[in-house]
Amino acid sequence: MESLMAYVVGILFAAAIYMMLRRSIVKLVIGLMILSNAANLLIFVVSGMTRGAPPLLPEGADAPLGIVADPLPQALILTAIVIAFGVLAFAVVLIRRAYEVVGTDDLDQMKDTDT
Amino acid sequence: MNLELALPILIPLISGAVSVALWRSVRYQRILAVVATALLLAASVWLLRSTVDQGFLVMEMGSWPAPFSIVFVSDILSAIMIVLTGIIGLAIAIYSLASTPSGHEKFGYYPLMHLLLAGVSGSFLTGDIFNLFVWFEVMLLASFALLTLGGERAQMEGAIKYVTLNLFSSAIFLSAVGLLYGTVGTLNMADIAQKVASLEDAGMVTVVSMMFMVSFGIKAAAFPLFFWLPASYHTPQVAVSALFAGLLTKVGVYALYRVFTLIFTQDVEYTHTILLWAAALTMLTGVLGAAAQFEFRRILSFHIVSQIGYMILGLALFTPLAIIGGVFYIMHHIIVKTNLFLVSGITYRLLGSYELQDLGGVYKERPMLALLFLIPALSLAGIPPLSGFFAKFVVIRAGLEAEAYVITGIALLVGLLTLYSMIKIWAEVFWKETPEHTKSLSLLKGDMKKSHAWAYYVPVVGLAACTLYIGLNGQPIYELAEMAADQLMNPELYIEAVLGGAQQ
Repeated sequence: MESLMAYVVGILFAAAIYMMLRRSIVKLVIGLMILSNAANLLIFVVSGMTRGAPPLLPEGADAPLGIVADPLPQALILTAIVIAFGVLAFAVVLIRRAYEVVGTDDLDQMKDTDT
Repeated sequence: MNLELALPILIPLISGAVSVALWRSVRYQRILAVVATALLLAASVWLLRSTVDQGFLVMEMGSWPAPFSIVFVSDILSAIMIVLTGIIGLAIAIYSLASTPSGHEKFGYYPLMHLLLAGVSGSFLTGDIFNLFVWFEVMLLASFALLTLGGERAQMEGAIKYVTLNLFSSAIFLSAVGLLYGTVGTLNMADIAQKVASLEDAGMVTVVSMMFMVSFGIKAAAFPLFFWLPASYHTPQVAVSALFAGLLTKVGVYALYRVFTLIFTQDVEYTHTILLWAAALTMLTGVLGAAAQFEFRRILSFHIVSQIGYMILGLALFTPLAIIGGVFYIMHHIIVKTNLFLVSGITYRLLGSYELQDLGGVYKERPMLALLFLIPALSLAGIPPLSGFFAKFVVIRAGLEAEAYVITGIALLVGLLTLYSMIKIWAEVFWKETPEHTKSLSLLKGDMKKSHAWAYYVPVVGLAACTLYIGLNGQPIYELAEMAADQLMNPELYIEAVLGGAQQ
């Protein structure tokens, strides 16, 4: 399972970078979305996958009885998803504004500020 | 519970929230901005004093013991950075009173400024690697909004590059944090440092360290990852440019200093050699880029890049003296660079342009302003007795002592080219006659509105005074940098302070 997920993470990163290298700003933002998902999935995979063992203590016990899932990576991913959501919402508004102001979605036409 | 450790984060966060509540009343937001940043400065000085007196200050969130909770830690370096944040915050808040267009003020300029300061302070104080990521995002989101406030074409084009590369860097950072957590199973930086040192799989650690280097290198605008900076920093209104120039890239530099002195010291030969060459090329490309530019703020933006090289050079040489030089350089640079951007804003107010060909004749009409430009400009180039001279002197001496002659030679050459750029601005903006086509627009002969003029000049004079103070009274500042470097070179002190020796 873990090696399969590792391939999925790799494919997601590759797809994200491919999309970011396209000229259209819409594809750029789609690339950013995939990229943040790839990073989240990476955290999930490297911190060890456990099936069906929630980190809950039975009543009266001080320590879990068997192997349980590590709750921390899930908390990290949840935080990262919320942040990525906020940032991507901004990015979508930005490309819309940029399209209105510049009149094109082609990154090659947006070189005025480059040097 | 150390109150002084929480205040630099709480003050901007609370005043940001209050500013939003006062959305309709720009007047109160303006008053609040100045009061809150002045309080931030006072709190930061308090923090520095108690850090110097008591050593490390540590605060554990929710009173959970150290490796399990998120900790906030203040060592001398963080405290210094917080003081600089306070100084720059106050200067920008006062300057904004005059320079910010009222349209920007109505659309939340002040709340965003507070949020940005909170993000910067949080990044400097946190002792938890994932929490650092969160503060980075707070800071980035505020900076995205500030950068695009106004919505002009150049801003949109600059912002797309800025947003893309910074989000890319965040994704790399997040992946690196994930890999690190998978390897050592902790997020507390002190705990990571302890566990990494006893880890057998050194190859994995080096891979993760390179990911951190790339990610922070993008944020710090180091070679070859700096292209977002000159494409975007000259596009927003000038107070925002100055705020970014002073603080944002330095957060990246601070993060590099933190992780490459505390955590990733197991393979200094490899990692710090890469940093060394990155530093050299950053200096060179930045200064050569500046030489090719003829727009006031673009020249200054490229100089940010070249100066970042000196700071990374201090880290890369990795001797006590070099770290002292690097820390001293950061202190000097933040003040000087912000000041130069503020001066460019005044000349824009007077002549209505940032293009060197449209500017001219400022010296004839405003000799005091010319002097106020000359102080930070010569300091940037490293002319004694200004602050930049001592900063460069220490870094270059460290380079010679470490027998890195090529790098030191490059650093000296870059100093010379910096002087060339500053002289170019001086000759074009201040000495040259005012060009005919801008004379009609020029406010040079008239009075600036009285109520506005003080808000333009007070921050510039104040920051110039700081530069002079560091230059003429270098000893206490040097001692402060020495204490910071001493703590950075002995990471076991940091680990001991955070984990309290109980974790063995």
